[in-house]
Amino acid sequence: MSDPVLSVRDLVVEIPTRNAVLRPVDHVSYDIEPGEILGVVGESGAGKSMTGNAVIGLLDRPAAIAGGEIRLKGQRIDNLPYEDMRRLRGKEIGMVFQDPLTSLNPLLQIGDQLTETMLAHLEITETEARTRAIAALDEVGIPAAASRIDSYPHEFSGGMRQRVVIALALCAEPSLIIADEPTTALDVSVQAQIIALLKRLCRERRTAVMLVTHDMGVIAEAADRVAVMYAGRLAELGPVRDVVQSPRHPYTEGLMGSTPLASRGQHRLRQIPGSMPRLGSLPDGCAFHPRCPKAQDRCRANPTPSLDADQGRAACWFPVEQLEDAQ
Amino acid sequence: MLAYIIRRVAQSILVLLVVGLVAFSMFRFVGDPIDNMLGQERTQADIDRLRTELGLDQPFPVQYFKFLGGAAQGNFGVSYRQGRPVSTIIAERAPATLELAAVSGFLAISIGIALGVFTAIRRDGWVSNVIMTVSLLGVSLPTFLIGILLIYLFSVELDLLPSFGRGEVVDLGWWTTGLLTSSGLKALILPSITLGLYQMTLIMRLVRSEMLEVLRQDYIRFARARGLKERTVNFRHALKNTLVPVITVTGLQLGAIIAFAIITETVFQWPGVGLLFINAIQFVDIPVMAAYLMLISVMFVGINLIVDLLYFWVDPRLRADRGGAH
Ligand SMILES: Nc1ncnc2c1ncn2[C@@H]1O[C@H](COP(=O)(O)OP(=O)(O)OP(=O)(O)O)[C@@H](O)[C@H]1O
Ligand SMILES: [Mg+2]
Repeated sequence: MSDPVLSVRDLVVEIPTRNAVLRPVDHVSYDIEPGEILGVVGESGAGKSMTGNAVIGLLDRPAAIAGGEIRLKGQRIDNLPYEDMRRLRGKEIGMVFQDPLTSLNPLLQIGDQLTETMLAHLEITETEARTRAIAALDEVGIPAAASRIDSYPHEFSGGMRQRVVIALALCAEPSLIIADEPTTALDVSVQAQIIALLKRLCRERRTAVMLVTHDMGVIAEAADRVAVMYAGRLAELGPVRDVVQSPRHPYTEGLMGSTPLASRGQHRLRQIPGSMPRLGSLPDGCAFHPRCPKAQDRCRANPTPSLDADQGRAACWFPVEQLEDAQ
Repeated sequence: MLAYIIRRVAQSILVLLVVGLVAFSMFRFVGDPIDNMLGQERTQADIDRLRTELGLDQPFPVQYFKFLGGAAQGNFGVSYRQGRPVSTIIAERAPATLELAAVSGFLAISIGIALGVFTAIRRDGWVSNVIMTVSLLGVSLPTFLIGILLIYLFSVELDLLPSFGRGEVVDLGWWTTGLLTSSGLKALILPSITLGLYQMTLIMRLVRSEMLEVLRQDYIRFARARGLKERTVNFRHALKNTLVPVITVTGLQLGAIIAFAIITETVFQWPGVGLLFINAIQFVDIPVMAAYLMLISVMFVGINLIVDLLYFWVDPRLRADRGGAH
């Protein structure tokens, strides 16, 4: 078995504030294999983007990595100097942001943005870069790529711009892509196309993908495994079919319940009562216990059992027993 | 595009006409030129004769249209004080003002942008904080005070630089320049700093705040996420986007530099058109005042027009909208 492309171990991200040190990411561990798509879900503020930004080394101050390890193809990258990390960005780790309307520099032709990225990482001439840029645009499905390469971002629709963004993220052939809600800002009609495109390109190149999303439909459609985050911690991690069909963490169960998912034959929307606690006022024990229907004394007193990245499943004292799991 | 330019030029001409009208109608409050031109032993007959000769007995709209008619042909009449054609006098004086304004404008723009970018990139550094604090002086001190302080320090105390005049100039026939002699260059230093300091600090603070805003944008994050060098991110991606909104203000400031040259020229006795204008007011030399105000407005309007066209050049989004091409 090959090394995982990305291996995150006990990652802790901290934000020092006047009163306390907040932990938007708290002992998170997971791996992503070549060609694998890991879906990351969780409520707003769960720490999904923070985790992605930590991996690519673009945490906004004052947030900073305070513990754990991040390895890319076996090499530690969480403690690299800025310039070394810069060389990895784009070359080894690509990133796709949420809003294609604001991700592209409005004053530069898309061809220039593509070639500058390739020239920053690859030993090629400008002419070669331009040829490759056209090929890259063609690959992401921009019609008449050769004539659109000198267009400015505003001359494309939102969906087309996100295709350009994907071409940019992939143009130096990174081995890992972090896609942070790549379809949230798009029309429903083009969301599926963009996900399909991302999925196809990454399968072909065996690129590992960390796909952050709020959309369980996207997870079910694209991801191989799912990581569920709650208040900075991993609540559950496992193969997508298992997690979606037989969630073990009560939070995941609630999350699935609050997502209309035709495949599960479920149309009624159930809401998890309450809302996620703010980072400054996390309860003792399991962070989810105030909202958990099954919470017992143990959950109030003891932090959740740690979740083993290799095997996965729920960080919970009393995981949901499913009939399929009981065998 | 062409239609747009034509429309803008037409607007500009309209603005000029209105400015001229307003300026012209204010001259009568400055005083009566006849008082200065005739000595103590004037008779009422002298006064009436001169008034008719100068056309001052005519109603003011008539005077205005006569002035416009002449101005359109480059003829601004004869100075009451010097008795020479105003166009000749202004042509003699203009190089001094334009050189001073050009040097001040260049300093203000280049140093202003450079410091603005620096203080934005090194936002929390102590050097940036010092620059920002000092720049507060630049925006709050009045021009004449800055001029006097500089004269006191560099001319009186240190005796390094001249406190007045233009130094030695070289006559190129159609232009006199102080840029070719060392005394001319020395004489330029204090006035150009005095004139440009306010604009420099203004541009610097504007560039800084725009750049900080741009650096927060998604496309800057994305540029970093693509592994571009910090230099590329700052200067290719951020600076260009910063300059779009800065262009207008900078353009207007260039106009202001030429207009405010009056004060600096007075402080430093700089032989330019500003000083000419001040002297003209004292003498109620209407042809000179009218010509000066007309020239300043032409300059303002022209700069505005150029600024608008620059926008097209910098921002592709406008080009597409105006051109209708897609
Ligand atoms: N500068 C800061 N000071 C305090 N808290 C912060 C700061 N920056 C981020 N946070 C907190 O960090 C937590 C994690 O944020 P993150 O952006 O990773 O959430 P997310 O899971 O991506 O949410 P979303 O789905 O809304 O994108 C949030 O609770 C947020 O409030
Ligand atoms: Mg997020």
